[in-house]
Amino acid sequence: MTTADAKTRLELLTTMLRVRRFEERCVELYSAEKIRGFMHLCIGEEAVSAGVLRALGPLDAVVSTYREHGHALARGLPMAAVMAEMFGRATGASHGRGGSMHLFDGERRFYGGNAIVAGGLPVAVGLALADRMRDRPTVTACLFGDGAVAEGEFHECMNLAALWRLPVLFCCENNRYAMGTALEREHAVTDLALRASSYGMRSWAVDGMDAEAVADVAARAVDTIRGGSGPCFLELSTYRFRAHSMYDSDRYRDKAEIGAWKRRDPIPALTELMRAADQLTDEDLAGIEATIGEEIDTAVAAAEQAPVEPVADLTRFVYSERT
Amino acid sequence: MTTVRTTYREALREAMRSAMREDERVFLMGEDVGRYGGCYAVSLGLLEEFGPDRIRDTPLSESAFVGAGIGAAIAGMRPIVEIMTVNFSLLALDQILNNAATLLHMSGGQIAVPLVIRMTTGAGRQLAAQHSHSLEGWYAHIPGLRVISPATVADARGMLATALADPDPVIMFEHNSLYSVEGELSDGGPVDIDTAAVRRPGTDVTLISYGGTVAKALDAAGELADAGISAEVIDLRTLRPLDERTLLESVGRTHRAVVVDEGWRSGSLAAEIAARIAEQAFYQLDAPVARVCAAEVPVPYAAQLEQAALPQVADIVAAVRAMVG
Repeated sequence: MTTADAKTRLELLTTMLRVRRFEERCVELYSAEKIRGFMHLCIGEEAVSAGVLRALGPLDAVVSTYREHGHALARGLPMAAVMAEMFGRATGASHGRGGSMHLFDGERRFYGGNAIVAGGLPVAVGLALADRMRDRPTVTACLFGDGAVAEGEFHECMNLAALWRLPVLFCCENNRYAMGTALEREHAVTDLALRASSYGMRSWAVDGMDAEAVADVAARAVDTIRGGSGPCFLELSTYRFRAHSMYDSDRYRDKAEIGAWKRRDPIPALTELMRAADQLTDEDLAGIEATIGEEIDTAVAAAEQAPVEPVADLTRFVYSERT
Repeated sequence: MTTVRTTYREALREAMRSAMREDERVFLMGEDVGRYGGCYAVSLGLLEEFGPDRIRDTPLSESAFVGAGIGAAIAGMRPIVEIMTVNFSLLALDQILNNAATLLHMSGGQIAVPLVIRMTTGAGRQLAAQHSHSLEGWYAHIPGLRVISPATVADARGMLATALADPDPVIMFEHNSLYSVEGELSDGGPVDIDTAAVRRPGTDVTLISYGGTVAKALDAAGELADAGISAEVIDLRTLRPLDERTLLESVGRTHRAVVVDEGWRSGSLAAEIAARIAEQAFYQLDAPVARVCAAEVPVPYAAQLEQAALPQVADIVAAVRAMVG
């Protein structure tokens, strides 16, 4: 049990609430057909976004997956840019070329939403390689799911990063399902942290429903990496409360299992802790919710009014623009 | 201006050496590029000059080290990734297509990938089906990539520097038959990677070739000259984007075209070129566009079978004769 101070707890709670309320609004907007395509929600997994991203500094790099709204918001991408991208607008984080699955922000070193499972890992290894070759004291955080651990790219990258002692923080957001396939049905050995440690890197198994625990271990891992340890691995055990994507009817999970995990919802869990420690009042919480609600309203209104990318610009960004 | 006689292999090595001397961001990585000296000895001696940080031997994990090249390029380096042969590039296709070719567009122009990937291609050495592919056309299919295919010593020396200066990913194909070919190198500076080259002027027919088929097209042109047929030989040099102008100007002069391609005929680069000529120069043609491609078979081991599967000088000559009448 860690003893994060009240300020840290408040920041973690605020980040989680911001991600939760943003995605809840996204569901409404999807039903209203304002947002289209694939949309993968991290509702239930917010402690991972809040805890891991908090451990990074502004010069560190992030590589994420198609379930990345939480990672992007926690990294500091403006909510308006994320929402506008969901709307496919010109003001979106990726000029409407990416959508929900492909949020990018070069300035914040947020290298996307990769929608090929494990496809981001090699890129993360390369970012870390370049930073090391240029003597930059940075860490690249690479987030992926349990499904990625079955991919060949995962094992190639664990080996390469460990062999070259590269500053990568591998973060496995283990929500127990690769789309509809349960962990036990996809892995011969389900202890993913143990498997990572077989590559000779330090690894931690963390309760991914406990934002403080995630923040604490992530900070220790980042310090370890900055100290020259080479890569580290976090297995963050968590659960998505909603289906894999908006197209998923969720036939493969037991209602009782979903209910049991929902009782471990990271947001009420931290809220109760803070209340019990006199670190949060009802008024505080209402104030946070009101601020977040306003931010979301503003982002939605801006996205609604934002210009669309002109079709004449269809083939922009296929190659770099030359002067 | 001094002229030196050198090989294609040495020209490639000199190109990498001078790039690494001039720009500390440039480094080479791939399987056996360091201590072994490169599967085709292209990087022989570079480890001794530049050290293991910049001449970086990788594990056999094409997806990881190609993707690492992408990440390093994004983070400001200028990596040259050597994939031993095109055959193994299939293990990295996800990285090449879904990341290198796609990130710039998918990020709305934010994330450019200035990466050069070199690989050996082609058949002809009795290495059987899994080591004899010619998949240049596959890569030339992909928007976001530039695909180049040096067929001469000067291009082997000059194309790499231009590729390294390109802000976007460049795939460079080196046909295995070319490494030991000798040629004259004059100044050894960068060359353009935008245009096709007329390697032999002619008036009766245009032979369109690239990489390993350029020499065959030139040989065929020599034989045809003996028979009184004047063939123009074009070396495409860059397979994506295609230099349509040079192609169409040539066909406008000769009114006949034969495309020579070591790739399989169906869905090939030769098919694309034939279609573009048909689309844009149909009324200037005196005969249908012809193609000389590889037979539609996995390349076999036995010498006579392998040679029968590949485009040969005699096939090119026959295609031209059928067309000229």
